[in-house]
Amino acid sequence: MTYLAKPKLLRADAPKNTLGYTRRDYEGAISTLCAGCGHDSISAAVVQACFDLDIEPHKVAKLSGIGCSSKTPDYFLGASHGFNTTHGRMPSVLTGAALANRDLIYMGVSGDGDSASIGIGQFAHAMRRGVNMTYIVENNGVYGLTKGQFSATADKGSKSKRGVVNNDTPIDLVALALQLGASYVARSFSGDKEQLIPLIKGALRHRGPAFIDVVSPCVTFNNHAGSTKSYDYVREHNDAVNRLDVILPRDQINTSYAPGELRRIVQHDGSILHLRKLDTDYDPSDRVGAMNHLQERHALGEIVTGLLYVDSSAEELHRHLNTVEKPLNQLGDAYLCPGSKALEALNAALR
Amino acid sequence: MSATQAIQSSNDFVIKFANVNGSGSASANELFARAIMRMGVPVAPRNIFPSNIQGMPTWYEMRVSGAGWLGRRGGCDLMVAMNPQTWDRDIAEIEPGGYLFYDSTKSLPRSRFREDITVLGIPLTEICNREYSDPRQRQLFKNIMYVGALTALLGMDFAVVEKLIADQYRGKDKLIGANVNALKLGYDHAQANLSCPIGLRVERSNGVGDQIFINGNDACGLGAVYGGATVAAWYPITPSTSVIESFGNYCRKYRTDPDNGMARYAIVQAEDELASIGMVIGAAWNGSRAFTATSGPGISLMQEFFGLAYFAEVPVVVFDVQRGGPSTGMPTRTQQSDLISCAYASHGDTKHVLLFPEDPYECFTLGAQAFDLAERLQTPVFVMLDLDIGMNDRLSRPFEWDDQRRYDRGKVMSAEQLDAGKTFGRYLDVDGDGIPWRTIPGTHPTKGAFFSRGTTRNAYAKYSEAGTDYIYNMERLRHKLETAKKLVPAPVVQRASQPSRFGAIYYGSTSPAMAEAFALLEAQGVHVDIMRVRGFPFADEVIEFIDEHDHVFVVEQNESGQLRMLLINEGEVDPKRLIRVLHYDGTPITAAFISGRIADALAKHKVTPIRKQVAS
Ligand SMILES: Cc1ncc(C[n+]2csc(CCOP(=O)(O)OP(=O)(O)O)c2C)c(N)n1
Ligand code: SF4
Ligand SMILES: [Mg+2]
Repeated sequence: MTYLAKPKLLRADAPKNTLGYTRRDYEGAISTLCAGCGHDSISAAVVQACFDLDIEPHKVAKLSGIGCSSKTPDYFLGASHGFNTTHGRMPSVLTGAALANRDLIYMGVSGDGDSASIGIGQFAHAMRRGVNMTYIVENNGVYGLTKGQFSATADKGSKSKRGVVNNDTPIDLVALALQLGASYVARSFSGDKEQLIPLIKGALRHRGPAFIDVVSPCVTFNNHAGSTKSYDYVREHNDAVNRLDVILPRDQINTSYAPGELRRIVQHDGSILHLRKLDTDYDPSDRVGAMNHLQERHALGEIVTGLLYVDSSAEELHRHLNTVEKPLNQLGDAYLCPGSKALEALNAALR
Repeated sequence: MSATQAIQSSNDFVIKFANVNGSGSASANELFARAIMRMGVPVAPRNIFPSNIQGMPTWYEMRVSGAGWLGRRGGCDLMVAMNPQTWDRDIAEIEPGGYLFYDSTKSLPRSRFREDITVLGIPLTEICNREYSDPRQRQLFKNIMYVGALTALLGMDFAVVEKLIADQYRGKDKLIGANVNALKLGYDHAQANLSCPIGLRVERSNGVGDQIFINGNDACGLGAVYGGATVAAWYPITPSTSVIESFGNYCRKYRTDPDNGMARYAIVQAEDELASIGMVIGAAWNGSRAFTATSGPGISLMQEFFGLAYFAEVPVVVFDVQRGGPSTGMPTRTQQSDLISCAYASHGDTKHVLLFPEDPYECFTLGAQAFDLAERLQTPVFVMLDLDIGMNDRLSRPFEWDDQRRYDRGKVMSAEQLDAGKTFGRYLDVDGDGIPWRTIPGTHPTKGAFFSRGTTRNAYAKYSEAGTDYIYNMERLRHKLETAKKLVPAPVVQRASQPSRFGAIYYGSTSPAMAEAFALLEAQGVHVDIMRVRGFPFADEVIEFIDEHDHVFVVEQNESGQLRMLLINEGEVDPKRLIRVLHYDGTPITAAFISGRIADALAKHKVTPIRKQVAS
């Protein structure tokens, strides 16, 4: 397969964001995924979210592991640097990149095999460490790229395309992320861009580890009856707790809600998360409550979606390490090298 | 003592301390080593310790060498036997005519000693119990007391040790007084009860000069600070852990912003070695100088990532403090056994740059240089030291730094260059040296972004599975590694006093033993040219050196002759011309071993034509 440059056919009336970029400026190479693959919808949602947020594309670094899902960073944000790393190890590479330059936005894209199977260790530790990132798992319950084996998120009792039943207990990455300290945790569905785009926007504007598990059907290997990650199954069992709107400080707020219907959360950068409640009891600031809710609904076969947890006061890795404000990769020789005088003094102390 | 003559030697002997791990003996032993050096006499100490924290035997072997030989000598002239557990083997190890120093509080039957050694007993425990009530103090001051006794026994200057203690505890006067007191107790008791000095003596000399005393791991940590590293990620493993600890200590000292106390560095203890090298790769990809330190098991775990860094051309630095094989036990012993697993680390056709420091001085200089090389070549660079250099304090040339020196950040294209229309192809060889240009993420709003991946791309970093693109890339990488030969530190040659058909190649921590072996052989009239290899891929001079000689001994501290394999493979050298001299029992190689092996091989050669005999 060779690379196809996407023709730059721009409609003169294409809408521009406040930076003067069109949506096209946030796109990447043409996808090579199967037609109808959920992952492509997620790429489109990322494009829309970055366009809406007026993000400068070159201020984003996108990193991924290996898998169909991990190929997608090539298909969005073509003006951003990207790194397709090794299977299951994106979190560490992203962590290192984030250490080098705290000023960029880090987007990690992974699959359920990449993050819940081979990479579960790195997934867990990146969350624990408080890396400032948006981490998206494109979750289809199978290994797409290696042709449809079950992954660790496949539900117990779900059936493969060839009729094999999965007997292993599934790993819920949302539950793990909650337990391990992610400060923005959401689940969505690739087929619901109304829900997904704002969740990505909120994550991009969040400080700290933001995790979104996006159920993303694999049309080739896991979209049949008996699968719990098919388009049909997810549509039928999607149990959204809330709907999110991300309001930037520059935006006018002109919607009105009945009291009790809305929850406002102000993030560290002034962006506001407007959460319309769908489940009146659900409280996205209650981590333990969120964990319980997930368990209860999962037992009923439901897929809980929405912004499940957010802590807008959370801190991130650089704060823990007390690193200087200026990105480490921009410190010049004079800031790094102690010089010959210091060395002479040290020599003297070593005699 | 029987008819065996007691050893008489000034400034040339080996003392061995047999201690219990965790008893605080290490600092007392080091104090003693430093005291000898303060008298101008070179000392080479080595820790021999098991992989346990407390309660197990440990030894501290100290070679005193007025001539300045810092390699391990082997044998023991004076045993300081402080561990009843290892008593029998410690006694057995003393050279005939040697000396035994021990705690005579509990009387031992004659059968526990040897007839051919001089026994020096002091009731250390008894004195301590009389002088101190606190059990911890009893333990610590017992150690200082034996230092005091040894000071008397070896005819050393009490004032030197006293001053050293004062320097060490400067500002803590109480501690100075207490330590000097314990020192004096030991010194006086020995003077009063034993015939001081014994046959082994330390006499003032000027063999130390301006040398410093530091271990290789600390020097690596300092080298990384001077080399401009800002990100370190690691996972604890003996014997490499203190590289990062030192980096942290030096960073706190030199890289804390004076205005706000913030850190101009980031150190992350990762969950394993896969994550540590992953973080290093991410940071280096993003334009920071980054490194990890590890040992063999970590190198094994990092293999897949080394390949990614090689093909994505990310400049990472790895300090590999080599040790023995898997699991624990031998791992706390020294070896040079990771050459192959580093030189060709990972799947696919890879080849990596290796540097071989010989001592702390080179750990510092090559450690700093590794960052320039990695960025110039955009490839992983391995600094291959080992436990012997890494974890033992060693006399070494003082560190130097040229303030005019600027970091060589290699071919990084700036926003200005991109705006000026410079062609950017991430994997394009525009300069004919195989090294492409790179951009750092965030450089330019519309130009120079690329998507890094392994090999599946063309010269412009666009996805491609075309065979021609793959071949272009592989040939460019081969060319790049050719360029590396000219950039790695050149080998160092020492010619024999007479032209010789024989050579010897060695590297890293073998250096002091080889230098001494060279002198021993010369003294015996055996002439061998020697070459110390400092980098891989080998500079052309290395292969030329082999070509110049009929036979070359390859001296290594591993079982399989790993450098020899590399020479055969890379230099297409006839294996028969490379004779293995291999030492791998977990102890550092000695001059006696090297010179013995070489002299034996050459003696055989005198009987039968060398081409048939030596090469077997
Ligand atoms: C170390 C290693 N082992 C195995 C593979 C093969 N492999 C490639 S992708 C993949 C699974 C990907 O699954 P997932 O992350 O769910 O991505 P999807 O293709 O489903 O989007 C595997 C096992 C690999 N690339 N590297
Ligand atoms: S195999 Fe499945 S996951 Fe991969 S591209 Fe096709 S539909 Fe998507
Ligand atoms: Mg998958």
